[in-house]
Amino acid sequence: MAIQSTTNQALEDLDATSTLEGLQDVITTLRDAFGIDHMVYHWVDSAGDQYGCGTYSDAWRDHYIAQNYLRLDPVISGCYQRFHPVDWKRLDWSSKSARVFQAEAIKFGVGNQGYSIPIRGPKGQFALFTVSHTCDDEEWLKFTETHSRDLILIAHFFNRKALEFEPNRIPDQSRALSPREVDAMTLLAMGCSRAQAAAKLSISEHTVRVYIESARFKLGALNTTQAVARAMSRGLIVI
Amino acid sequence: MLRYVYANQLHLYPKLAETMFRDRAGQFRDRLGWDVSVDATGAERDEYDDLCPLYVIWEQADGTHGGSMRLLPTTGRVMVNDVFGHLTGGAPITSPLIWECTRFCLAPGAGGNVAAALMLAGGEVMTGFGVRHFVGVFDARMVRIYRVIGSSPEILGSEGQGRDKISVGLWEFTSQSQAQIAKRAGLSPELSRLWFNRAFGGEITEQMALSA
Repeated sequence: MAIQSTTNQALEDLDATSTLEGLQDVITTLRDAFGIDHMVYHWVDSAGDQYGCGTYSDAWRDHYIAQNYLRLDPVISGCYQRFHPVDWKRLDWSSKSARVFQAEAIKFGVGNQGYSIPIRGPKGQFALFTVSHTCDDEEWLKFTETHSRDLILIAHFFNRKALEFEPNRIPDQSRALSPREVDAMTLLAMGCSRAQAAAKLSISEHTVRVYIESARFKLGALNTTQAVARAMSRGLIVI
Repeated sequence: MLRYVYANQLHLYPKLAETMFRDRAGQFRDRLGWDVSVDATGAERDEYDDLCPLYVIWEQADGTHGGSMRLLPTTGRVMVNDVFGHLTGGAPITSPLIWECTRFCLAPGAGGNVAAALMLAGGEVMTGFGVRHFVGVFDARMVRIYRVIGSSPEILGSEGQGRDKISVGLWEFTSQSQAQIAKRAGLSPELSRLWFNRAFGGEITEQMALSA
């Protein structure tokens, strides 16, 4: 519960911030809440400019840039133009340069485990959200299996914020709840189960679950309880 | 076998790609009568093929296409929101945990086992990538056929009449029904997992290079 409330507050802060420093504070808080070594979010905007926030040391970041590791980092090549999350163990580390790079990363405290989520935004914008840690394979598998969906959502919440920083951006209409999403969230707020909500709306429970999933993302929440609370506090649903 | 191929990797499988786009023309233009574009080489392609989607393709023993579907996350441009937004509740369905599945296609003569294999792949994607739902565009006349296989889409809304009727709905690729679908596909769940892992670089237990 402690993790949940910290995370929930951090995501509220993320929604509210309008500065890079704000992103940095949120990502540090989230890293601590998840109890891992690092969390990093890095993006390239539609004009090709790069930005980032995260908890890697300045020494590692400077070393990475100085060595131009971008060109041989298997995480970069393995995530480019993809949209599925990638455990670092699934990448190709077989070349000598990749192994040297990996040893350096571990030396600089990145950790021996990693999980990266590539994101494709509009007009060529793209981003990479990464968590990394030092632990054995079993522990890491357990961590990623437990948290993968939350991490995917958080990655996209960061990206949605980054898109607000785009020059000449068109206001984002994609966060408006559809009438069906409002219906489903309203019934949940009134205490209905998903099955009851489905019956009242004369749609299947599966359909209700999709509307709730979509609403949850639009509201920037990781779970349904948070999503209902946010929808109410923003006046999007009235009971 | 099942292959998972992003659009920018299709050139590695020229025969598979060529026959897939040709079979799509056969299914969507010739058999279903949809208003789709077919180029001079006989390939059916649309603008979503240019967004680097992930294709799941059943490859036959001779290297040709046996069946396929096309996946894109609903956080980007997708057909269900661009074209059929009015059928899905009046505003876009958007979540990185909801992916779109379109152009579900079977080669002429491909049996229910191929469709079942594709369903099995949908389950692998859900488990492997954290996807919770697939929303899709399909021909309503196919629903009965899908049901026979043991997994049919649930219709959210339809548009058009007769031959032009196109539906938007939810694909149920539940991991609970994996064993049953695997049986219909004539595949073991282990083999299906192996193909998925191979596609995404996964002999995960064998590669200990990163272990502490």
